[in-house]
Amino acid sequence: MANVTLRNVRKTYPGGFEAIKGVNVDVGDGQFCVLVGPSGCGKSTLLRMVAGLETVTGGEIDIGGRIVNQIEPADRDIAMVFQNYALYPHMSVFNNMAYGLRNRGMKEAEIKSRVDEAARVLELTSMLDRKPRQLSGGQRQRVAMGRAIVRQPKVFLFDEPLSNLDAKLRIAMRVEIRKLQRRLNTTSIYVTHDQLEAMTLADILVVMTGGQVEQVGNPLAIYEKPATTFVASFIGAPPMNLMATRPEEIRSQLAGSAAADAGILGIRPEDLVITDQTPDGGVALPLTVEAIERVGAETFIYGSREPEEQRVAATPGELPPGEIIVRVPGTEAPAIGAKIRVAALRNKLHLFSGDGRTRLEA
Amino acid sequence: MQKQAIFQSKLLPYALVAPQLAIVLIFFYWPALQAVIQSFLLQDAFGLSTTFVWFDNYIELFRDPAYFESIVRTFVFSFAIAVSSLSFALLLAVMADKPLRGSVLYRTLLIWPYAVAPPVVGVLWIFMLHPSLGIIARYLRAMGVDWNPLLDGDQAAALIILAAAWKQISYNFLFFLAGLQAIPKSVLEAAAIDGARPMRRFWTVTFPLLSPTIFFLLVVNIVYAFFDTFGIIDTMTRGGPGTSTVTLVYKVYSDGLLGGNLGSSAAQSVILMIMVIVLTGIQFRFVERKVTY
Repeated sequence: MANVTLRNVRKTYPGGFEAIKGVNVDVGDGQFCVLVGPSGCGKSTLLRMVAGLETVTGGEIDIGGRIVNQIEPADRDIAMVFQNYALYPHMSVFNNMAYGLRNRGMKEAEIKSRVDEAARVLELTSMLDRKPRQLSGGQRQRVAMGRAIVRQPKVFLFDEPLSNLDAKLRIAMRVEIRKLQRRLNTTSIYVTHDQLEAMTLADILVVMTGGQVEQVGNPLAIYEKPATTFVASFIGAPPMNLMATRPEEIRSQLAGSAAADAGILGIRPEDLVITDQTPDGGVALPLTVEAIERVGAETFIYGSREPEEQRVAATPGELPPGEIIVRVPGTEAPAIGAKIRVAALRNKLHLFSGDGRTRLEA
Repeated sequence: MQKQAIFQSKLLPYALVAPQLAIVLIFFYWPALQAVIQSFLLQDAFGLSTTFVWFDNYIELFRDPAYFESIVRTFVFSFAIAVSSLSFALLLAVMADKPLRGSVLYRTLLIWPYAVAPPVVGVLWIFMLHPSLGIIARYLRAMGVDWNPLLDGDQAAALIILAAAWKQISYNFLFFLAGLQAIPKSVLEAAAIDGARPMRRFWTVTFPLLSPTIFFLLVVNIVYAFFDTFGIIDTMTRGGPGTSTVTLVYKVYSDGLLGGNLGSSAAQSVILMIMVIVLTGIQFRFVERKVTY
């Protein structure tokens, strides 16, 4: 039972590289917080700082009302699940889970009951005598989870725990982790670069880039109102279509809006519909279909806004006149090379300032 | 998967291995065979007549208490050299494994002693520990230690063990460092989070994961102490004082070349040869069996 609060946390490496540039996050008791961002954004570093595996250059890390900056990992009352599981290869599954309890001088009877209980929950009971190398990837992953839960810590930390699993297992384990966390009601911080994992697991989503927090909030709220163009394109798959509002064809349609002159317009692929009409206050775009992807339940149409010969290189500060992705249900799609017209409603438009750093209300 | 080379001519592959085979035959198998033959012969003091005596040389050898002393001494030396150089090398490797500034420099410096030839090692230590010349010997006497390895057999033995172990530290260090770097960092981090203090972490995680390396080095070190310490012994003590630093290999040399008893010396070499074969067998079996923990 604990809150985790990060106050203006910074990390500068001896070489001068600033990995974390002042992060503020508040994770409530029992909440599931997901740190998401591209590789190198500092999310793993931040998690390791909470774990005590990296020193803190500035700011405060507070776990359950105690500043832990100078406290050893062992004394922070946390448990961590590593990307490569980090199981002890020379110990049996039972001993892997019991190790942390033995180090704390717990009685063998208590250790046995706790490990047995964890093994039952994780369906590892028949494997307690095996060594990690005799287990499959998914089983190792469950042992790593078991090692974390037997300790009954205040906080669980997960460092991309599912990225070594195949796609199907990943989805199954994702659901397992969420169920387990709900039942144990333990505060958790989870790092991933997979936005789908982030969306489905998080109570609080923290989107990071370049060592900074880009946006914090409820995952759906972030999806619906991304604060910057980075968040807009990172959260959601396929990513949001972003385009400059400068071209006359768009500017005229956005007349009266703050972003009309020199801003960025974003429209999610699923908010575009193929139609000949222009919705009131909305935006319509003519497209040439270039590629089609059918995935069964839905179809992605890749179109370009201008004929190839008219495309120009992007001028500085302006988005390239890129492709537009349209997501339509079912398998019906126009032929490649066809000229179509797509449109989005006014309330589905996302408008940003020209530098992409500020969201403007339409 | 290994690619198999295909030769057009049938003779070419044999021609290519011929030089290596010739060297092995002339410099190893032939002398080895000579030793086996010699071990069944007895020569008179002037080398005028030679008699075939079956196993007399061996029987005499095993009746000789000096030979048993030498066996025991060799095992004690080997054990002491292996344990001291392994433990010191492990200590150094654990220290050097930490990411510190200038690590390349001091790692290189730690590996250097391996390039020093055994007789040179002997001379180096003699310079430091010779009772009348040595600088360390002077300090030892100043501290009230009656230091004189030229007269005291135990001190001479300690001197040999010290020099021989020192030389082997570099080799062991290299393997330990590689072994330590092969342990995933996250496993040690997991142990840290699991509440294990550095010492406990070392004994419950690092040490067991290093055990294949330790076992391999143990065999290598014993072989080294058995056979490669000749140069050190010869430059430092010549087996003395008395016979207090005569190991099995040194005894082959002193009985045969200094004592002129070629038959006994040959019999001793044959016994040593069998020991080498056994040790190498252990090592091969171990190297093939990759997974050990």
